[in-house]
Amino acid sequence: MSSLVIKNLRVGVETDSGLTEILKGVDLTVNSGETHAIMGPNGSGKSTLAYSIAGHPKYTIMGGTVTLDGVDVLEMSVDERAKAGLFLAMQYPVEVPGVSVSNFLRTAATALRGEAPKIRTWVGEVKAAMTKLNMDPAFSERSVNEGFSGGEKKRHEILQLELLKPKIAILDETDSGLDVDALRIVSEGVNRVKVESNIGVLLITHYTRILRYIKPDFVHVFANGHIVEEGGAELADKLEEHGYAEYIKA
Amino acid sequence: MSSLTSNLLKHADTPTGREEAWRFTPLKRLAGLHDRETNVVDQPSLFQKSGDQAGVSLKLVAADSVPPISTTDDVIVERIRESVSRVTLLEINRNSEVSQPITLNRKNSVDKELSRTVIRAGSNSKATVIIENTGGSLIGEEIEIILDSGATLNFVTLQEWENTTVHLARHHAIVGRDATFNSITVSVGGSVVRILPTVEYTGPGASAELLGVYFATDGQHLEHRIHVDHGVPHAKSRVNYKGALAGNQARSVWIGDVFIRAIAEGTDTYELNRNLLLTDGARADSVPNLEIETGEIIGAGHASTTGRFDDEQLFYLMSRGIASEEARRLVIRGFFSEIIGKIGDEVIEERLMSRIDNDLAKVGA
Repeated sequence: MSSLVIKNLRVGVETDSGLTEILKGVDLTVNSGETHAIMGPNGSGKSTLAYSIAGHPKYTIMGGTVTLDGVDVLEMSVDERAKAGLFLAMQYPVEVPGVSVSNFLRTAATALRGEAPKIRTWVGEVKAAMTKLNMDPAFSERSVNEGFSGGEKKRHEILQLELLKPKIAILDETDSGLDVDALRIVSEGVNRVKVESNIGVLLITHYTRILRYIKPDFVHVFANGHIVEEGGAELADKLEEHGYAEYIKA
Repeated sequence: MSSLTSNLLKHADTPTGREEAWRFTPLKRLAGLHDRETNVVDQPSLFQKSGDQAGVSLKLVAADSVPPISTTDDVIVERIRESVSRVTLLEINRNSEVSQPITLNRKNSVDKELSRTVIRAGSNSKATVIIENTGGSLIGEEIEIILDSGATLNFVTLQEWENTTVHLARHHAIVGRDATFNSITVSVGGSVVRILPTVEYTGPGASAELLGVYFATDGQHLEHRIHVDHGVPHAKSRVNYKGALAGNQARSVWIGDVFIRAIAEGTDTYELNRNLLLTDGARADSVPNLEIETGEIIGAGHASTTGRFDDEQLFYLMSRGIASEEARRLVIRGFFSEIIGKIGDEVIEERLMSRIDNDLAKVGA
């Protein structure tokens, strides 16, 4: 049982006019086995929340705490956060030319497990995970994210989720740019990991579409750098109908 | 008197550093190789590491029997041509397909040496030549590579010198009708390495691919001056050099001259240079030049970029648990693998990558 606990988190970025606050006090707890959806309009700070938990150097922590099972996450380097059990599926996964997917996955698994996985079981493990995500085996010889279609990038993120088995996964707009089939495949992947490893999921999205496939236990509406309303799955239905207009005004 | 001979008789002056061709080069560090006042020994030092191979002959011949074919205004090459009495001649018989690479290595036994090598790939032959340059040396060398019609030659030179070596070289390919010259130039060692990979064509349908990687660390000067002379119609050239620099006074120079003469209709050329600056204190000069005398071409283009390490790549890898040094190592290996991976010999590829890893670790980049 793991808990990611975010308390009064305030985060800014350096701009021409100095440090600008984007997250203005976020409180949120994600426990193993729970799925939280964070929904909100563009520019509300949803992605900033994801990237600051993962430790992107662009963001400056201005206040508050983030702990995983009581341990201070904000003090950790980016790789230490991953080793502690955090995973961020990115909206725009980065291309790494010349580094093959297979080399990348094995290096990451080695880093996270503390030892190189046995080659035979590892190959089988990767193959099985790729088959479930409807990925061509030739994919593993391509350079990481280079020349991938939007759908391929997202499948590759979920492939990593399946292989790296974090405690808490943050999915940043994993649904964006996916057609219905790809959305279903990717969602099934997330649901498999939830069942197999009982992970906690923080699902960041603009649209309610993905919530038809990945059922949230909690929905948080995010606007202007903090959570403005919270509820169960029914809150998503309300957003589907009315949009974010009332929160933006507020 | 032919223009070739007259050119040979006209001495180029000792460079002062103000000449366009020498303005980037640290003349003081050349140990007098460029200077007629300094004594240099005529000494062929290349040997066939790969042993006897069918269709291949390597011998030392009198310099008179293989006069230079190409013209040059490079002072080092002129000096070599004047000085050497014997030439290393590597011949690949016509119609021979040599399956294993012809590997030459270097055995330097003198302090300062000048050497000339001629490689002749007979018509419709197919071979790979790999030159492994190791050890400590001060060497001026000229290699002329002649591809007869329909020949395919893969030409790989590995500058894995010790970090005291001064290596000034011209690798000049003369590519015949429908012949294909593929070269890979790797410069990771040496104090000063200045290579002139140059190409001329003698028949249509000829093609040249010049690939290169260089990795300069503390105090190293690695210079590559490419010159491709499109003097026949329907020839093709591709140039792609990738370099990384790390550490104080690490220095690279890349010049990419492509000349499309009026007669060279149907030319297809593209050249590219990318530099990665890994630390402060390093400097990369990159100068592509394209001169075009005819508009009747398929394509001509160039691109040059010099940038810093991509922090987003680092973040992505680290967010998967990969530690910072390991992530940088992966990205740099990836950067170079596009070209090093084409050498086609896993032992060499891994050896080069390991050297780059070690050098990186040393400068703490």
